[in-house]
Amino acid sequence: MVSFVLKRLLQAVPTLLLVITLSFFLMRLAPGGPFDSEIQAPPEIEANLKAAYHLDRPLLTQYVLYLGNLARGDLGPSFKYRDRSVNDLIATGFPVSLRLGAWAMAVALLAGVPLGIWAALRHNRATDHAVMGVALAGIAVPNFVVAPVLALVFGVTLAWLPAGGWGDGHWRYMLLPVLALAFPQVAYIARLMRASMIEALASPHIRTARAKGLAPAEVVLRHALRPALLPLVSYLGPAMVGIVTGSVVIEQIFGLPGIGRYFVQAALSRDYTLVLGVVIFYGVLIVLFNLLVDLLYGWLNPRIRYEG
Amino acid sequence: MSEMPQTMSPAPGTLATPAGRSLAQDAWRRLRTNRAAMVSLVLLVLIALACFVGPWFIGWELDEVDWEAFRAPPSWESGHWLGTDANGRDLLTRTLYGGQVSLTVAVVASAVALVVGVLYGAIAGFAGGRTDALMMRGVDILYALPFLFLVILMMVVFGRNIVLIYVAIGAVEWLDMARIVRGQTLALKRQEFVEAARALGVGNRDIVMRHIIPNLIGPVIVFLTLTVPKVILLESFLSFLGLGVQEPLTSWGALISEGKDMMARAPWMLLVPSAFLTITLFCLNFLGDGLRDALDPRGR
Repeated sequence: MVSFVLKRLLQAVPTLLLVITLSFFLMRLAPGGPFDSEIQAPPEIEANLKAAYHLDRPLLTQYVLYLGNLARGDLGPSFKYRDRSVNDLIATGFPVSLRLGAWAMAVALLAGVPLGIWAALRHNRATDHAVMGVALAGIAVPNFVVAPVLALVFGVTLAWLPAGGWGDGHWRYMLLPVLALAFPQVAYIARLMRASMIEALASPHIRTARAKGLAPAEVVLRHALRPALLPLVSYLGPAMVGIVTGSVVIEQIFGLPGIGRYFVQAALSRDYTLVLGVVIFYGVLIVLFNLLVDLLYGWLNPRIRYEG
Repeated sequence: MSEMPQTMSPAPGTLATPAGRSLAQDAWRRLRTNRAAMVSLVLLVLIALACFVGPWFIGWELDEVDWEAFRAPPSWESGHWLGTDANGRDLLTRTLYGGQVSLTVAVVASAVALVVGVLYGAIAGFAGGRTDALMMRGVDILYALPFLFLVILMMVVFGRNIVLIYVAIGAVEWLDMARIVRGQTLALKRQEFVEAARALGVGNRDIVMRHIIPNLIGPVIVFLTLTVPKVILLESFLSFLGLGVQEPLTSWGALISEGKDMMARAPWMLLVPSAFLTITLFCLNFLGDGLRDALDPRGR
């Protein structure tokens, strides 16, 4: 088990380095410097600015410097919010995004898994078709359509809930964004769960369990659910990526002060360091999360662990 | 089968020769019985026709301002059948032009993903051994990247140009294609016809191009129908954030984004482009499911 963990950790390192290197050099490939949009400054000031951000050094030196700072957890200064560092901006936005994302993930699992099981137990009957119809809608209708429509209906027309804003994270402000963010994931998880549950229910050990007269609930929950959950575990990684990318849009629509909104603003105003910082931050987060999922999978399924 | 010599067929009036059917005819026959897929196909053709031909018949230009009608609701008399936007531009016209962009991106970016993915996967699968392991390890690493963020990074770095959108989206979507094609190739290359080709002295390149790739068409088409809606979604996503196509061009994502800012006073600005996008995505999904059933031999 220890060697398995170590091996997976080592495998994550090149991925992380690739994310960082790719993002860094992509950014430096940009035609023109980051200060081009400023009011024409005298050459001395521009030189000073460049020196302050180490932009006058050779590219490789800059890269090494950046890596060195990164190793100490420093993502550098923001090019647009002059008085704030990228770390600072991420630290402000992340609690909001984390809260939103964690709730969305919880809703996705708590709604998606039971819906999938329910559809599987009613295979090819009306319930099954209804659940799969809703799931198809969740996959086909993008969240940047769902979110404004939810805001329009519940926020504006009915005026039951606020149509936007953060309100210090009060649940009334969280409800619509979380639902909009979770909806596509609910759909994917329900589909996945239904498929793997149907397969699990058809396997011989379930027939045995039924034959020896176990209660239906016990058959489903104790014997069929366990193997059926494995595909779900490997879907957790993509689910998290989906929620992270979704949050960029959802925060924009509902005006929530999370990382996603900073990211879009930074992208629109070409704030290179902030864009780079967010890409690396989320890259690291996703790689680590995938690692965690891998370990969880290996723990749940011993067959994987000892393979090459 | 249809070219069989006449002498082989039974005399008229007795048993009819079973007509030969190619894989494509077979699939088409099965697809035709799938009502949802056929309705979707018809709708998609209609939407594409409307987007590419429709603007000529409506009588408004893409950025023509009607000074009499700012944010006008849909009405038959004014000639703005689906209303106007905040700048008095005809919404139906803009939605159709936006559809041109969205549909073009879908086709071009899917084609990029198709070519790169099929070539990469077929080469990796055919080469096998260490080359294969190395190439697929590369795909695994790329998989773990937060790709959407890299696409946005590319948009920031290279400016928002529409060709780049095609390339960037295609560059994201080829990974799945490569995996599927590699798996199929691994199975195909051990079959007798490949061995026969090799025995006849056909080179590796020709075996891949003439024998392996043509046999991949079934799974590739199925996968392509899943890629197209994903690509449309990705482009709309970027345009929605203001990182995709730029004015005066527009796309469904950009229109939805404009509509969302006006939704309290002019809900049609949100609902019209949303409806076009949603219907298209639904149809593509249904068609994809139908094609999968029609082309997958296991479903017979």
